Amino acid sequence: MPPELPTALRLLLLRDLRLAVRRWGQMATPLMFFAIVATLFPLALSPAMLQLREIAPGVLWVAALLSSLLALDALFRADLEDGSLEQLLLSPQPLPLLLLARTAAHWLMSAVPLIALAPLLAVALHLPAQALVTLMLALALGTPVLSLLGAIGAALTMGLHRGGALLALLVLPLAVPVLIFGARATDLAARGEDPAGPLFLLASLLFLALSLAPIAAAAALRVSLD
Amino acid sequence: MHRFFHELASPPHFYRLAGRLGPWFGWTGAALIAGSAWAGLAWAPPDYQQGDGFRIIYVHVPSAWMSLFVYVLMATAAAIGLVWRIKLAHAVAAGCAPIGASFTFLALATGSIWGKPMWGTWWVWDARLTSELILLFLYAGYMALRASIDDLQRADRASAVLALVGVINVPIIHYSVIWWNTLHQGPTVTRLDTPAIAASMLVPLLTMTVGFMCYFAAVLMTRVRGELLARERHARWVREVV
Repeated sequence: MPPELPTALRLLLLRDLRLAVRRWGQMATPLMFFAIVATLFPLALSPAMLQLREIAPGVLWVAALLSSLLALDALFRADLEDGSLEQLLLSPQPLPLLLLARTAAHWLMSAVPLIALAPLLAVALHLPAQALVTLMLALALGTPVLSLLGAIGAALTMGLHRGGALLALLVLPLAVPVLIFGARATDLAARGEDPAGPLFLLASLLFLALSLAPIAAAAALRVSLD
Repeated sequence: MHRFFHELASPPHFYRLAGRLGPWFGWTGAALIAGSAWAGLAWAPPDYQQGDGFRIIYVHVPSAWMSLFVYVLMATAAAIGLVWRIKLAHAVAAGCAPIGASFTFLALATGSIWGKPMWGTWWVWDARLTSELILLFLYAGYMALRASIDDLQRADRASAVLALVGVINVPIIHYSVIWWNTLHQGPTVTRLDTPAIAASMLVPLLTMTVGFMCYFAAVLMTRVRGELLARERHARWVREVV
């Protein structure tokens, strides 16, 4: 007798979280990458406060985008290698929902620390304090979209040679709207204007991605494991 | 009707049909493109603001339209292939990608050449140019994914999923880029609105677009024929025709 759907989702989520905590190095690397990329910009451009303040929203968002790409590697690789991904496919539960639970666990372990780290880097880049809440809110709305889109890309490129570079090529163009709205919301807040518009658009992207992306990811997974 | 589609989807039948139709499309396209090029270059009056510089519109706009049209067609073919498992549809989608990417590249190149005299620079982060550039990246991703999977069936179906994800995203990307652009760029850039275009300018544009369509159909048929030969190389009908 297989477990009920909510139980299955909860078990899957807890399993993924537990595994991620035990292999926390895997999750810490993208976070360090995020910090390093954000550090490179002042080094490459200029440490001048005013200039940094101008570019800070864009820098933080590009760094977050690249770091989320790096973290995607952890989403399926280990489970592909030990065969538990096939078990997921054989499960009687709907695959899109199972993948949604996995993506949620992935997001909790990779993006939530990033959202917590972001204000620290933002302060270092002289982003005005009034924009910090908006930055975190925008990241909280935008990074799940990146994880959901990334899950499709990761499922498509699973087990391929040169999968990493290909994953970037597939996912980055799709992530453009998130980048635009996220950076724009942060920028508006930094200028003391109302960031509600882009935040609402980010939220609508999130709902669209939540409803459609797991289906595409499930289809991609079935193709790749066929 | 059902039988017609059933026959159409069979590779040898389509191979023969495309072989017969291809030249018709090709010559019609060549005639239309030559005629429209003459009309666009000589018959249409010069623009009151841009002089003769605007005439590149007759290549730029049709290729931009085609780049989107081909993407939608590719995604449609991919969806048909994915849902009904029709091999021919996957071959069509595979044939669409490089042609669509070339149209996208042509639209970008002509846009950039047009930008030089009009905006004074080769590249402006204009909304339409930028979303065209992202479309080029989408095509590149599609082709790269297809190329990096050895197993043909997996390549077909994986790239079909990607094409469907892409086609849902194309309008979102397009409008987000437009929105980004209107916020970031002041009205200093001479934005060419879409004004009421004179009929003598519009007619060559439309005939040129039809010509591009015919050209696309001809090239697509050739590509799909080649694709079918490669895919079905062990089938008996291929040994018979080659």
